[in-house]
Amino acid sequence: MSAADHTEPLVRVEDIHTYYGKSHILHGVSLEVRHGEIVGLLGRNGVGKSTTLKAIMGLVHPTRGAVLLEGQPVGHLPAHRLARLGIGYVPEDRRIFRLLTVSENLRTGLDGRGVSDARKKELLDMVFDYFPVLAERRNQAGGTLSGGEQQMLAIARAMMLEPKIILLDEPTEGLMPRMVSQIRHIIHVLRREGVAVLLVEQNVPLTLETSERVYFMEKGQVRHQAPASELHADHAVVHKYLGV
Amino acid sequence: MTRRPTFLFWIGFCAVLALLIVAPFALPEFWRRFLAEILIWGLLAMSSDILIGYTGMVSFGHSAFFGLGMYGAAAALLTTRPPSLWLAFLYGLLVAAAVAAFVAYFSTRLRDIYFAITTLIFSQIFYVIIFTWTEVTGGENGLTFSRPALGIPGLFSLPFTTLTLYWFVLAVLTASYLVLRRITQSPFGMVLQSIRENEARTRAIGYPVERYKIVAVMLSGLFAGLAGVLYAIQNRFAAPDFVFFVVSGETVIYNIMGGIGTLVGPIVGAGAFLLLREGLSRLFPYLASVAAQHGIVLPGLAEFPHLIPLGLVFIAMVIFMPQGLLGFARRWLNK
Amino acid sequence: MTLLEQILIQTINGIVVGMILALVASGLTLIFGIMDVVNFAHGELFMLGAYVGVITLAGTGSFWLALIVATLMIAALGAAIHVTTLRPLLGRDPLNTILATFGVSLVLQNYALWQFGPVARKIQEPITGQFTLFYLDYPWYRVMIALLSAAIIGGLWLFLKFSTYGVWIRATTQDRLMAQAMGIPVPRVLTIVFAIGSGMAAASGVLFGPLVGVNHAMGLDWVLKAFIVVVVGGMGNLVGSIAAAIFVSLMEAYASLWVSPSQAIIVSFVVLILTLLIRPTGLFVPTPK
Repeated sequence: MSAADHTEPLVRVEDIHTYYGKSHILHGVSLEVRHGEIVGLLGRNGVGKSTTLKAIMGLVHPTRGAVLLEGQPVGHLPAHRLARLGIGYVPEDRRIFRLLTVSENLRTGLDGRGVSDARKKELLDMVFDYFPVLAERRNQAGGTLSGGEQQMLAIARAMMLEPKIILLDEPTEGLMPRMVSQIRHIIHVLRREGVAVLLVEQNVPLTLETSERVYFMEKGQVRHQAPASELHADHAVVHKYLGV
Repeated sequence: MTRRPTFLFWIGFCAVLALLIVAPFALPEFWRRFLAEILIWGLLAMSSDILIGYTGMVSFGHSAFFGLGMYGAAAALLTTRPPSLWLAFLYGLLVAAAVAAFVAYFSTRLRDIYFAITTLIFSQIFYVIIFTWTEVTGGENGLTFSRPALGIPGLFSLPFTTLTLYWFVLAVLTASYLVLRRITQSPFGMVLQSIRENEARTRAIGYPVERYKIVAVMLSGLFAGLAGVLYAIQNRFAAPDFVFFVVSGETVIYNIMGGIGTLVGPIVGAGAFLLLREGLSRLFPYLASVAAQHGIVLPGLAEFPHLIPLGLVFIAMVIFMPQGLLGFARRWLNK
Repeated sequence: MTLLEQILIQTINGIVVGMILALVASGLTLIFGIMDVVNFAHGELFMLGAYVGVITLAGTGSFWLALIVATLMIAALGAAIHVTTLRPLLGRDPLNTILATFGVSLVLQNYALWQFGPVARKIQEPITGQFTLFYLDYPWYRVMIALLSAAIIGGLWLFLKFSTYGVWIRATTQDRLMAQAMGIPVPRVLTIVFAIGSGMAAASGVLFGPLVGVNHAMGLDWVLKAFIVVVVGGMGNLVGSIAAAIFVSLMEAYASLWVSPSQAIIVSFVVLILTLLIRPTGLFVPTPK
């Protein structure tokens, strides 16, 4: 199922504003992600990239503007509804359930949703295929895993819900350099499975390699977007928004 | 810009004060005493506002300060001949301050909800002590005593009438309000409000937050004790019921209903609650008798507890109107 | 009766009362630990559970049925209370929940007074008869209470560990936001936790009913003690509350050998004050948070 089969983008964010107490965080962010597309979101620290992801996930509700999933407004829905509608979320700091086992972390999103035990097993096997390390540690508490393993777990459990889009917030942060290629590999797997990805990253090369398009944010707004192919050649834009 | 609101404030203040001064002339005896009681509970609620509204600490300990202020006054009035008004105040305030210091020392070690629960437990500790120490406190039955006269020993002595007592209470309340207002606008008060806004940052700047909190609790306890003394003088008895934590709870209700952080809001809240309670407690028997006159017998209607609709109103206010009746005027009242 | 025998009797008494207190307190600490809600109405749920028990017993003659019906009905009441008064407060300062539940406790208490009147009622214990312990007759029923309370708490533990909702509850406790992002219906989970806590309070009320009279104010004493136990045990710490409940009850039981019961409660106050002085986060918490 390619992007061409859908007229509406999978996720569209239109001019959203959010506040944290009295602080105005997002000043009118607009972007879109099409089905199966890998889109990057770059910008300096504190410009509101994570907040944008949270707004799409329903963890933060915009005071103005709209969040649309397959054309339907969903900005007012609670996060657990959005998770069931197909939005997966992998936050900064991973935030896996430290006191639950790896298996429990993976299963918990699927329980009570009418998913048959057979299907659960299928999904678990798929995930263990992609992440053999998790299979080894399936009965260990999440908190005992290394940073890289926790990142695998965080992505794996989002995949268990068979999402249409996964929001990845700085997956390589705090990981050793050789894990970056693992992340690259996972993003390729997601593309192959037809899952869209909105990738927030500080690692520019990874973003440019894996994304089809890139948005640039500054001070709570999206200021620029360009296809990744253009950006390979044009470093000036990247310098401008990241000061790198 | 700051001149105008202050001027208007004082006009409003004088208007309300004038109204309160002449009110008893228009009211029958029962309502004069009722109004005095509203003022006393209002003073208690106002004392609690220092903690809730200005320091951001919800306390359920006020019944201890109030009740022990009452017992302190009782001690003075029962042990000295002739009963001295000023000694009643002295004893009552001393006892309240001591209790407040004691409670403050322990409970300020904890924060937020833990603080609230600890103050509640302490209220109950005092309740149990008073309830069981019958020899000293009269136990379940409390203590009765006579009302002292207003006077200076050796100079004059004027027994209170309902009217003069009302004005006395009003004077104490007004003086307390002015004092507390001055304090909340002082540097000390500013630190308290900073603690309310962001305790961690206040601590990081270098303020000894715990000490400020202890002083806040003691200040609050002092004025609560003052209300207790007034109550003792007004009603001539002291009973353990007033130390029971439900009194603290009702005080917090007055605060929420009236609007925290305004000092006068809680007084209004107390008035609204007490009037509602009085009204509702008359309403149900009235409705029952009206129905009976029409031949409809509604069993249980006459005894329907007025606290049920009151409780529901309170819950609704917590959910829908947490800023209280005067909450909208909060900035203006603090100028 | 020698002193040793008296101490032994009081030990058993202390454990029995401690187990009931543990049951009440664990509901309270469960609600606080998972939901950050201080449930002021807990004592009233305990009291209403006892009343429902009285009525069911009068109607059916079966103590066990009374226990089950009371638990389920009050759990349902708890769910209703949560949905109407606590869910709207989600996301607001937790202090609001103290106020809301205080309001609920006022309403429930007065309702009970109006509905049932001020005269105490009695629940007949299901097992009469006593066994002999050192020349004394100790009622079987009291031992049964302790065992039943332990069973209920054990059941709770199993539920949390192995059932779907149990895992959801544990996930929600650890990270509420991510639990939502995983599709866990957090508001529903919270309602269920509140319902469970309420049910546990109700069960305690029925179990305790035969030992004292059932009246509208019986919740107040228990609320106070339960709060003390929860603070001493460490708020949100289930094992701590149970240990604290037994500890405090034992101390009180021993104290009542020398002073009257209403004065014995001073013991729990002293324990509380000591806890606040030495280890404010809870005596039975392994490492202070």
